[in-house]
Order: sequence, then C-alpha cells, then structure tokens
Amino acid sequence: MENLPWFLLLIPIASAAIIQLGLKKSAALSSALSTISVLATFIIAVLLLGKDFASSFNWIEAGTLRLNIGFKLDQLATCMMIVVTGIGLLVHIFSLGYMRDDPAKARYFGCLSLFMFSMTGIVLSSNFVMMFIFWELVGLSSYLLIGHWYQKDTAADAAKKAFLVNRIGDFGFMIGILMLWAITGTVVFEAMNGASLDTAGTYLAGTAILLVFCGAVGKSAQLPLHVWLPDAMEGPTPVSALIHAATMVAAGVYMMARTFFSLGITAENMGILGNAPDVIAWVGGITSLVAALMATQQNDIKKILAYSTLSQLGYMVMAVGLIAPEAGMFHLFTHAWFKALLFLGSGAVIYACHHEQDIWKMGGLLKKMPITAITFLIGTLSLTAVPFTSGFYSKENILIAAKDSPLLYIAIGVAALTTFYMFRLFFIAFLGKARDSGSEDAREAPVVMWVPLALLAVAVIASPFFSQFFPTNGHVEVHAVPHFGDKLVLMSLGAFATGFVFAFLLYFGKDKEPISIPLFRNKFYLDIIYQRLVTVFQDAIAALVHFFDEFIIGGLLVGGAARSAQGVGNIFRRFAQNGSLSSYAYLMGLGAVLVIYFTVFAK
Amino acid sequence: MPFDSLPTPTLNEYLMISGLLFAIGLAGVIIRRNIIVIFMCLEMMLAAASLTLVAFSRFHTVDGLPDYDGQMLVFFVITVAAAEVAVGLAIIVSLYRARQTIQTDELTSLRG
Amino acid sequence: MPSPLFYIFAAIMLIGGTMVVFMRNPVSSALSMVLSFLGLAALFVGLDAYLIGILQILVYAGAIMVLFIFIIMLLDLKAEENTSFRPAALAAGIVIPLMLVFQLTGVINNQDSLRDIPALELEQAATNFDKNTMIHKRLKDGRLPDTHLLGKKLYTDYNFPLQMVAVLLLVATIGCVSLSRKNSK
Repeated sequence: MENLPWFLLLIPIASAAIIQLGLKKSAALSSALSTISVLATFIIAVLLLGKDFASSFNWIEAGTLRLNIGFKLDQLATCMMIVVTGIGLLVHIFSLGYMRDDPAKARYFGCLSLFMFSMTGIVLSSNFVMMFIFWELVGLSSYLLIGHWYQKDTAADAAKKAFLVNRIGDFGFMIGILMLWAITGTVVFEAMNGASLDTAGTYLAGTAILLVFCGAVGKSAQLPLHVWLPDAMEGPTPVSALIHAATMVAAGVYMMARTFFSLGITAENMGILGNAPDVIAWVGGITSLVAALMATQQNDIKKILAYSTLSQLGYMVMAVGLIAPEAGMFHLFTHAWFKALLFLGSGAVIYACHHEQDIWKMGGLLKKMPITAITFLIGTLSLTAVPFTSGFYSKENILIAAKDSPLLYIAIGVAALTTFYMFRLFFIAFLGKARDSGSEDAREAPVVMWVPLALLAVAVIASPFFSQFFPTNGHVEVHAVPHFGDKLVLMSLGAFATGFVFAFLLYFGKDKEPISIPLFRNKFYLDIIYQRLVTVFQDAIAALVHFFDEFIIGGLLVGGAARSAQGVGNIFRRFAQNGSLSSYAYLMGLGAVLVIYFTVFAK
Repeated sequence: MPFDSLPTPTLNEYLMISGLLFAIGLAGVIIRRNIIVIFMCLEMMLAAASLTLVAFSRFHTVDGLPDYDGQMLVFFVITVAAAEVAVGLAIIVSLYRARQTIQTDELTSLRG
Repeated sequence: MPSPLFYIFAAIMLIGGTMVVFMRNPVSSALSMVLSFLGLAALFVGLDAYLIGILQILVYAGAIMVLFIFIIMLLDLKAEENTSFRPAALAAGIVIPLMLVFQLTGVINNQDSLRDIPALELEQAATNFDKNTMIHKRLKDGRLPDTHLLGKKLYTDYNFPLQMVAVLLLVATIGCVSLSRKNSK
C-alpha cells in the first residue's frame, strides 16, 4: 500500500515509453497497452480513495534548498486522481472507436499515456518544484495532442498558440514559486504555513499568490490568457474532453486549492494576502461572464463547449478567489464528469456526421442516435444546474460562497446564459429536422463509443454523492443537500427558467440564426486585438533589440573592440614591424634606455 | 718595482669601459647590415658583461681571495657563447644557402 | 695593475671594438675583434683573473674568431659589403648607445667612485686550506693559484652546472650537424 502511489506514476510513463520506443508500428497493440495502463491506474486510484499519507526521497540538496521527489495523498489528491484516471479511462475507451482509422493511432495513444503520467504527477506531487515540472509536462503533452493532426495548419498553429500562451502564465508561476520559497523557506506543501506570510507582509504575500495564480491563468485559460483554449479544439475530440475540459485546464484550480490549503488560508485570515483573493475572484467572474457571452453566438459545437468550459473554469477560479477552494474543487469534480460527457457526446455526433462540426448543419439527431442524445441531455441538464443534478449542487456551493459579494449577480447571470446557450445547442443539433446530408445518414455511435457515454452519464448522476470525500476546512460546507426555499436556490432556478425560455423562444424549430451579435460572435475581437498588439509590440521590441544588437553591441562594443585592436595592430604592423633587423635592435635599445630611465632616474 | 707607486684604477673605471664596450657593440648591432658582423658585435656585448663580472669578482674579496663565483660565471658564459656561436654560424650558413644573402635589409620576410 | 697600463689596454679594447663596427670588410672586422679581445684579456689578467684571461684568448680570439673568419671566407662575403651605411641607422646607432653611456655615467657618479682595489691576503687565506694541498703551498709562497682555485670550485660547488654545460655542448654539436646538412629540410 505504501508504494502503490508510485505505480500511478510508473505505469503511464512505462506505457508511453514502450509505445514510443517499440510499438509505433503496431497501432492495435499500443492502443490496448495504453488503455490497460490507464485501467490499472484507475483501479489503484480507487483503492487509494480517501487515504492520507505521503512519501518522498531526496532529489537535490543545495544550500537551504532541498528538493524532493515525492507524493502527497490526501482527500484533495485522491478525489482529483479519481477524476483524472476515471475520465482518462473512459476517454481511452472512446478513443478506441473515435480514432480507429487514424494513421497515427500509436502516437496518439503514446501521447495520451504521457499526458496521464504528467497529470498524475501534478496531482500527486508533494512540492511546488515537482508540480512545476509536471505542469510543464502536461503543457508538452497538450501541445503534442492539439497538434496531433499537424498536417492541418490550424492544428499546428493552435498547438503553438497553446504552448506559447501557457509559457506566459508559467513564467509568472515560476517567479511565484520562487517568491513563496523565499517567504516560507520551503517548496514542500506540507512544510508551508501561513504564519510566514504574515511576517512577509500583505504586499509581498499577495504578489507571490498572484504570481502563482498566473500559472493558473495560463493553464485554466482565464482572461486575458484564455485565447488558446477555443483554438485547442483543433485537436481530436477525446483529447478535448480529457485535457481541455476535465483535467488539465482544471489543474490551475487544483493548484490554487492546493496552495491555499497548504498555506492554511481561510476566510478569517485572508487579510494577509491583501487584495490578491479579490483579484483572483474578479478574474474568474469576468472570465465566466465573457466566455458565456461568447458561447451564445458560436456555431461550432466544440467551440460552444470550449467557451462553456472557460465559463465554468471562471466559476471555479471565482470560488477559489472567494476563499472557498472546496466549492471550486467540488465544482471541478462534477464539471469534469459532465463536461467530459458533453465533449465525448459531441465527438460521437461529429463522428456520426462525417466530421461536420457546424450545429446549423445538424438536426434531428435525437431520433437517429438516441443514446448519444439522451446522455448529452443529461450532461446539459447537469451543466445548466437543473435540481438534483450534480451541477446544481456544486453551483449552489459557489453561489453560497459568493452570496455577500457583487460577484453573485455575475454568477446568476452566467447561469442564465449557460442555460441559454446549452439549450440553443441542444435544440438546433438534436431537435428539428436534418439540414445536411451528413446529419441525414447519421447513425448511432458504435458500442465502444456509447458505452463510455453511458458510464459517464451514470457518473454524472452519481458524482454529487462523492462529496463526503471532499476536504472541508473552509467556511463553506460541501454538501449535496439542496435548501429549497432558500433565496439562492430560487435565484438559481430563476436563472435556469430565464435561460430556457429565451432559448426555447428564439431557437426551437428554427433553421437559421435568428439574431446576430458580431461582438459575441467575434469573441469580443480579443484575438484580433491580441494579434495587432503582439505584432506592434513585437515589431517595436524586435526593432529596438535589433538596433541594440546591431549597432550598440555589434558595432560599438564587440566591433569597436575588434576594430580598435585591429587599428592599433595595423599601426604597429605598418610602422614597427618593418622586417628590418636594425630597427628592431634600435627599438629594443630604446626600450632598454627607457626602462633604465624610469627605474633609476625618474623616481 | 716602480709601478707599485702608481695609482690603480677604481671599480668605476672598469665599469665605465665595460659600458663603453657594450655601447659600441649595441651601435654595431644597430648600424651594421652584415649579419655576421652583427653576430660579432653581440659577442662583444657579451664580453663587456664578462668584464664587469671579473671586476666585481676582484673588488669583492672573500677571505683575502677574489670572489671566484663571479669568474665561474664568466667561465660558463664563455662556454655557452662558444656553443651559441657554433649554432648561430650554422644557421647563418643555411640561411645563406636558402637566400643567397646575409644582408639584413634583404631579409625582410618578417615584415607585417 | 697601474692606471697607465689599464688605460693603454682599455684603449686597445675600445679602438678594436670601434673598428669592428666601422670596418667595411668583415674580415677586417673579425681581426679588429681579435685585437679588442686581446685588450680585454689583458684587463682580465690585470684583475688577477689569469685563467679567464687565457681562456678569453684561447677560446674567443683563438677558436671562435677563427670560426667567424672561416665562415666569412666560406661565404665569400667581400663583395657584399660595398654599400655605405644608411644615415638613419647610423644616427640611431650613435644616439641610443650614447644615451646608454650617459645613463651609465649618471649611475656611476652616484656611487662611491674612489673605491680602490682591495689587497689580497694570500698568507692568511692559506690557513683556510689543507696544508698538503697545492693551493696551500702556493698561497704560502705568495702566489695566487687561481687555476687551482677555479678548478676546485668548478668540481665541487659548480659540478651540476658543469654537467649541464657538457650536455649543452653535445646538443649544440648535434644542432650544428643537423643544420649544416646539405638538404636539411
């Protein structure tokens, strides 16, 4: 039992290594190996559920810096492990069908195993440095999987964009880790405590937390670094479900929760961080609102889900910023299941419609693929927080956390918008009549694809009852008991009703987009603004650097030193080294005379 | 002996003529272009240095005898000079074979 | 050595040296150098360095200068020395040594210039040596056995340098042979 967690790390990396080194030619074997490895890790994760212990060994010791490689199991980590391995398992099974005819199947499954290894590392790591290493590794595997179809320019560009945008966040994360190390004197989670933050002062502590939060902004795609996540939908749909909906993008929330738990930050002592929690909460809130607005006008089924993911991640970050990381983690947990379900469902739809992703070209799929449609509906209901679904419970926890803050109204508004765009999607894609040849001859997904959907639907329904495993050291009790009659529940139900009514009126039975809001459709023009800004700034900085390098460094310093040496050398070469022995002798004699003069007479 | 009543030269006089010989040698090295003569002038400068050594040896008596360490050095200087002359002249001969001249103003391949 | 003799030999030496520099013919230069070294050897003898004086004549004037003359004749250099001195080289060659001499004068004038030659105390020195040795007997007789003294020093205090010089001479011999081979590449 003691050494079991190590296998969580070893099995996926062994699978990835074997596939990469030996099984690249054999797609069937590599997919089987990868799936079996994730099944094994899932079993181990279930065995470890609720355990609480740690183990580590020394890795680097330099001065006061001691780095360990080790794991830390607690409620937070074991719950997250269930999400990672459980969804990972179902995504692997789904991929067996979805990627059946892909020419690079072995590479795909190798990268999935690498991702499982990296994600497991983030969840289990016992210190910040180890977490950062795996943080970068998930970035790498995400890059590899987004760019799986690298023959497409859009996929290659999206992979690059994801990697670069994440680098910006990771840079802040790295500085944050170093600052936390300087403040607390350790990078190990268990050894940290909030008392050292007190002595550091609110300004320093808040800055450190915000810099650590930078990593979450990048990885969890918060404003302003959210731009990579919608583009990341260029990757295969199972990858979107696993990495860009359920696990990796939630790692930022997990990391923030881990940080807050380690530092022992609660609602009572949040003052030591200054305004940092407010900044985090508002970033999350604004992200969730902006992303929900963007989602209302998208036509690509995966883009809608991507913006929905952004919005829900904003919810979680908001909860963290309100010092309710338990609520954020609980929402992360429920969201992972139903968003994975929605993504895999959309994958099944896309597969059935011959890789058509435009919802206006689908329609009437409820009759043609009922299992997919019903599971999709379950996911939708859960996401829109219909009572007695998992999303209802977890969202309520966040609303409770936000009840004293103006963010509550943003949260309610986002809930209404969520209902609106999800039912828009459902009405257009699954009801009505088929609008394209692809959706006309759509058939039910093969068994290897609908079984994971069914299992996920069961998990979505069951997930609220896992709440007993959640850490509860904050002011929000994580619970799965609805308080009907409570004002918050009424507001939540009102938001659902509003969104549903508007969606029904606007989209039920329609074949064309009835309204057009270019601002939302074009994602608030943020991509274009970024592109312009980056181009202008990059060009300016590049010109400056070029000038500096070419003329100051190259021309003046390096070139100047070389040229002056050359010039002096030329003078001596031309006038002194003339090949005449007698002038050499003369100069030597002159030198001797001067040496005698300076040593004997000029004292 | 009538000579005994005459004054004897001081150490400074020896050093002076030794310096003069050295200067003449240096002048020869600078002025002359024949490499053999330059070589001879170098030997002359060496001999001038020997003269100072012997003079110092005589003027610095140890237990009533001249300080023979100085003369010992002159002995070795003469020996090494002999070896040097042999090798130097061999070099001059092969130089002459290669370039058909030993005039230094015609041997300027070291010009920068 | 009385001063008049000193000045005569010093003049011989310096005139010989000057002739080395200003004689057009290399053979004349070489012979002037022999003259210069004869004067120098006389000065050595005047400083009671009999062996060094003899060596100066035997090795320098005898062996080395003969070697020079031999090489001059071998290369037949008489024809080459027909150009006059270049004025710039002549000026530089006079100015620099003159400055050197001025500096030397300056240094010497600062020193105790009236230091006379110390007398040798041979009888007293004899007590430092074993009674049976030649050095002791000569010193007792009032003669300076400088060859014996130098030899004693050479084979006791300077034994290692002597061996080294032997090796050096061997190396020089080999070097000469290898340099003088007809097709030494």
